Amino acid sequence: MALGFFMAGLHLNDIDKQFGSVTAVRNVELTLPHGRFVCFLGPSGCGKTTLLRLIAGLERPTRGRILLEEHDITDQPAHRRNFGMVFQSLALFPHLSVGDNVAYSLRIRKADPAARRRRVDELLELVRLPGYAERHVSQLSGGQRQRVAIARALAIEPRLFLLDEPLSALDAKLREDMQLELRLLQQRLGVTTILVTHDQREAMTMSDLIVVMGTDNRVHQMGTPLEIYRNPADTFVADFIGTSNLLKGVGRGVRQVEVAGRTLTVETVPGGLSRGGEVTLSVRPEDISVVPGPREGENTLQGKVTFVRDVGSSVEIYLDCGGVQIVSQSTPKSRPAVRQGDVATALLPPAACVVLTS
Amino acid sequence: MIEDKPGSAGARLIILYPAATLVIFFVVPFGIMLAVSFFQREPGGFYTTEFSIENYLNLFTALFGRVLAFSVFISAFCAAVCVAAGFPFTYLVTRMRRRAQVVWLVILVSVLSLSAVIVAFAWSLLLSQTAGVSNLLVWLGLMEKPVSWSPGFWALTCGMCYIAFPYTVLVLYPPLSRLDPHLPEAAQTLGAGPLVTFFTVVVGSMRSAIVATLIMVFAFTLGTYLIPQILGRPQHWTLSVLIIDEAIYRSNLPFAAAMSVFFMVVSLALVGLTMLIGRQKGPVT
Repeated sequence: MALGFFMAGLHLNDIDKQFGSVTAVRNVELTLPHGRFVCFLGPSGCGKTTLLRLIAGLERPTRGRILLEEHDITDQPAHRRNFGMVFQSLALFPHLSVGDNVAYSLRIRKADPAARRRRVDELLELVRLPGYAERHVSQLSGGQRQRVAIARALAIEPRLFLLDEPLSALDAKLREDMQLELRLLQQRLGVTTILVTHDQREAMTMSDLIVVMGTDNRVHQMGTPLEIYRNPADTFVADFIGTSNLLKGVGRGVRQVEVAGRTLTVETVPGGLSRGGEVTLSVRPEDISVVPGPREGENTLQGKVTFVRDVGSSVEIYLDCGGVQIVSQSTPKSRPAVRQGDVATALLPPAACVVLTS
Repeated sequence: MIEDKPGSAGARLIILYPAATLVIFFVVPFGIMLAVSFFQREPGGFYTTEFSIENYLNLFTALFGRVLAFSVFISAFCAAVCVAAGFPFTYLVTRMRRRAQVVWLVILVSVLSLSAVIVAFAWSLLLSQTAGVSNLLVWLGLMEKPVSWSPGFWALTCGMCYIAFPYTVLVLYPPLSRLDPHLPEAAQTLGAGPLVTFFTVVVGSMRSAIVATLIMVFAFTLGTYLIPQILGRPQHWTLSVLIIDEAIYRSNLPFAAAMSVFFMVVSLALVGLTMLIGRQKGPVT
């Protein structure tokens, strides 16, 4: 595996988690390298939060072991793991001031009061809330509470920093700011971080590695954001990450696929394609270019423009190519001169046509 | 803020209903009691409507002071016992599955249907020498011979707490079931064990609910007059017993009324003090 040279961080060994008859997490086998920012990405109900809670020690796996730097921590209770966690509800202690919330773990550990105050000031500085120690939690805005929760979790100098959809309650603008801020904070501290999210844009923005989980409660793919975007492992991942054209076709050669009566040359497939076998191609809209009028040539599909969506920063063109729907996306500068109802040709470069295993 | 249209007849009528209830059932009876407390007893009759503060002056006796102190003490003690036992109990109930919670609450509510008389006699039987639990302990070899635990201070405490416990749980249940389950979990991830979590986070964030429950149980147990007579010795009789005795057996209504008014003022002062202490320790806003 390409990531083998990283220091072994967290290893999840064949984890299953059942709640009664419901399986929340199925056969999870993961190795998360040390010091990285990892996102668990998936739709709601895919078990990503349960997986995070298993790592935190708030749930016990039904089967499998959890190892941190080669030590088995499966039976270790949450309060001995020293993993900082930020909850979706933030779970700030309502009866304590901002400073006391941040200092909670230090008080539990009976840290000396002067050192405690210094550390609280340092942490509040870090999350850009200096001088807020005396405030009460109810006096803060959503974004400020967020920062307090982060500071509180970082106060224990966590071995792992776990975040359960912490940004979902914020409005869009603040959320984008916090994503950047969190990412920069993580890079500065170098702490291994796992963030659970259902927002693929958030995952792409922040993470070194993305773990994609599906509604079948399994891990579908793990890789860098670009790897996952460029080479989705299956139809689920291709569909969930960004928008994708999923084209059904039939294998016609080692690198040839027939789609809507035309033969397309595709990205090399390990072992080649079987003749006559059904395959699904994933082509990202921004990799498809559209030219006006009918045009013959390799890797082209001709069709009729059904809709043009111009949102200013990009132009999307919808084509109907003999029953196959294709979306292309281009920048306003390279906007093709086509209008609704025109005949046009879509160019699908071989490198952009990824064959999916389904 | 949305304001009701001033002078809207409907809005006034709605307020009229609780106002009328309060006046008819609380203000008027209290006014009568207050008035009677300034009247004078007529031996062999009822009372005469001559104004006098003699009844209040008569309160300042050693007996009255001792009984008042004991009443306040036993009620405060029972409130403390009930909340100390009821708070962890309620917390555990709220962490159960929904169906198990319903079973526990139904059991508690069914205890409420027992009258104080039945509860008092049941406890006096349970703690008696002839048929009580001490016989069981003798049989188990834990005691030499059966003893009588009733009447006595602890028998009285048992009976009063037994009556007040379901109310304690029912008052604590709503705020505890609204407690964000992530709060204790957050404490755990910050290094707090189960006990530390319970005391620093669960108890801490429920402080106002605890103070409110203490006041409720205190006020509730102040009024018990039957249980002290069955489970307590004469020195354990509360002020309520004394008031009943004065009002019914000695037909001295003015003096009983004066005792009641004074008792109420003392308890209100104590409740106010408790609330003040509870607020000072609360969050600074």
